[in-house]
Amino acid sequence: MPQPYSMESKKIFCDISKCQGCKTCELACAVEHSASKDLFLALLESPLPKKRRDTQFIEQHVSCSISCQYCQDPPCVEACMASCISKDEKSEKVEIDQTRCVGCSMCIMVCPFAAISSQAGIGEKSLALALKCDLCPDRDSPACVDSCPSKALSFETRSEFEKKHAK
Amino acid sequence: MSKDKLQDKASIEILKKIESQGIESIWDRYEAQKPHCGFGLLGICCRMCNMGPCRIDPFGSGPQKGACGADADTITAREMARAAAAGAACHSDHARDLAHTLLALGQGRAEDYSVKDPHKLRRIAAEFGIEAEGKKEKELALAVGEKALKEFGKQDDKALAFIKRAPLKQQEIWKKYSLLPRSIDREIVETLARTHEGMDHDYKNLMQTIMRVALADGWGGSMIATELSDILFSSPQAVRARANLGVLKDNQVNVIIHGHEPTLSEVIVAASQDKELLDLARKKGAQGINVAGICCTANEILMRHGVPVAGSFLQQELAIFTGAVELMAVDIQCIIPGIAQAAAHFHTKVISTSPKASIPGVAHIDFHEENALDTAKQILVMAIENYPHRQAEKVHIPRQTMELVAGFSAENIFYNLGGRFRSSYRPLNDNIANGRIRGVAGVVGCDNPRSGSGSAHVELVKELIKNNVLVVQTGCAAIDCAKAGLLTPESALEMAGEGLSEVCKTVGIPAVLHLGSCVDNSRILIACSEMAKEGGIGGGIDELPIAGAALEWMSEKAVAIGWYFVASGALVVFGSPLKVAGSKAVYDYLTGGIENITGGKWAFEEDPIKAARVMIDHIDKKRKALKLAPMLYTQAYAAAV
Repeated sequence: MPQPYSMESKKIFCDISKCQGCKTCELACAVEHSASKDLFLALLESPLPKKRRDTQFIEQHVSCSISCQYCQDPPCVEACMASCISKDEKSEKVEIDQTRCVGCSMCIMVCPFAAISSQAGIGEKSLALALKCDLCPDRDSPACVDSCPSKALSFETRSEFEKKHAK
Repeated sequence: MSKDKLQDKASIEILKKIESQGIESIWDRYEAQKPHCGFGLLGICCRMCNMGPCRIDPFGSGPQKGACGADADTITAREMARAAAAGAACHSDHARDLAHTLLALGQGRAEDYSVKDPHKLRRIAAEFGIEAEGKKEKELALAVGEKALKEFGKQDDKALAFIKRAPLKQQEIWKKYSLLPRSIDREIVETLARTHEGMDHDYKNLMQTIMRVALADGWGGSMIATELSDILFSSPQAVRARANLGVLKDNQVNVIIHGHEPTLSEVIVAASQDKELLDLARKKGAQGINVAGICCTANEILMRHGVPVAGSFLQQELAIFTGAVELMAVDIQCIIPGIAQAAAHFHTKVISTSPKASIPGVAHIDFHEENALDTAKQILVMAIENYPHRQAEKVHIPRQTMELVAGFSAENIFYNLGGRFRSSYRPLNDNIANGRIRGVAGVVGCDNPRSGSGSAHVELVKELIKNNVLVVQTGCAAIDCAKAGLLTPESALEMAGEGLSEVCKTVGIPAVLHLGSCVDNSRILIACSEMAKEGGIGGGIDELPIAGAALEWMSEKAVAIGWYFVASGALVVFGSPLKVAGSKAVYDYLTGGIENITGGKWAFEEDPIKAARVMIDHIDKKRKALKLAPMLYTQAYAAAV
């Protein structure tokens, strides 16, 4: 199993004791990745914007909002035959270069967190291109984190998160 | 930030003051709720049964149906139907209370009330089919009260009595599409039943119950509330008054009455002139008792007595924040629990009076019409005794007040338009037909931090009168425009377009007419019917060059009001959309398809200037269809039609 999160770069964490499973983060994610960035206008776009995170029960009554875990040794990077998924050594961001994606779905299959999906109709290609969390490059803090009504989601380093939750 | 849109200087001043003291207001709590849940905004979260809550993914990746199979169309329509039913229930329950008061008066159980408009009592009795001949006033009041109460619970399939006030064309449409409301309570109950799990799933069929329950409000509950209030407390006449927080006095006992029903507030206003109470106030160091209103209670007592208006819905906490309010007496509707928290920082006593509306942390005095005056005096004594507790260092009353003229009604518009010699709608219809007045717009509803905190109404009204549209107003929208100085005859001269200004100047009315509280939107329905009946500008409400708007709508009552206007044939513009945008079919039906049925439809536009143009385009479309004369003068906004 790949290790999620290195210690010192900021990632999105979900505090499962606070997550209510409301899926507000999913909507905020889709809206942020729409052309208009407006809930009402996004409904009229084609293709419809697609969320890059999912809220699931991880055990009974415990929900968790999950997206790319920015693994230390990401299997998607390894599996990509077009070499379009890369991990930046310094920022530790895992990024997909959609201009080079060939839509083979290998990354989707190998991701242990089911954090990659695909969408047709984006870019100029007719293929369904790989899609995942990009930490909202246009924002200081990702849209999902800002939208979370119970403040379950946070954007911080793993050491900060662990320190906060150390008993 | 929602506060940025706030234009009212008095409100800004008070908010600055309390911010420095770390006290929160409705604007802070609104901001803390951001971002709002997208499922909620789009109306696609269904909580009707315990298989859910179910949500529809508006972007197509997730579920498109709830556990039962209901899709976004069913879920949004069902949710909206419940909102309309709640709104209709609120207005109508208010009307029921007034009917009980009239009944109690007739039975001799409400000695503190009397029939203030006997002429209207006889007129309503005739409309209700009650033989007035040989009946004493109290007997007639009893009979009208009883008949009014029957409108709530009757079980036959005949339409409500006031339906026959509508133009025949509307009545025929309602008959054809089964929209005729049969009894007020029945339509509300049926709507609740039809929106239960496993009931009505066809959104178009749900629209039928929505419109019928809304019509039961507009031509039923709300209209009964207006008419019975006129009977009990007199029909409004044009009256000058002042509005905004500056009406609070620094050397008097300030009593705020807030809510909706005139039953208690009328008696408080009367009792505030009681010599013994005034003596007590002087003994406590105050120079008098100053009663002011907030929200629709303000409108009720403004219309009939010219009592000053302290503020609109959004100013209920702000009034307390002045530190100069001894007591706030509240009854029902739009009373936010935030006032209890606000009062905790000051000496202000908040008293709830309706057994139907209690607030944690607020003292309660049960109000009954049987001992109305005693209760009013008890409340006033509490206020006076609280005066010495006012903390001078905490007092800050903003100076702003604005003069206004209110007190218009569907009946006295006759008078004001044509004078004694031509007391009919003819002058209005003539001036619309000859192109001096473009049309009539209703600008009504709540004020809301989401949509401009009152400023949207002001901007909209300015744009409308500039384009020669005569504006009628009710509710908090009217208070917001009053504060901005739009309700004076002078405003017509300064801001109205040439044609409208000419008419207003000639007959001496403002370009913006205040018709009362939110139940008094029924006055607008009556005025529309009278315009249609007078002839020459369309034979049905749907043909008239009119439009309505509630850009800052907030409550479910607004949903019911919007719907009864759409069902009656009007265009209704809301700022933020009804909670149906998650269903394309329902959204398109509301903004388009429904016009084929009632002649009315919805539009959603948050920008007040753009909203004004949507309304003007609609009015021009109707003018063109009627082949009315082109507008007499150059128009500020010349529409494309």
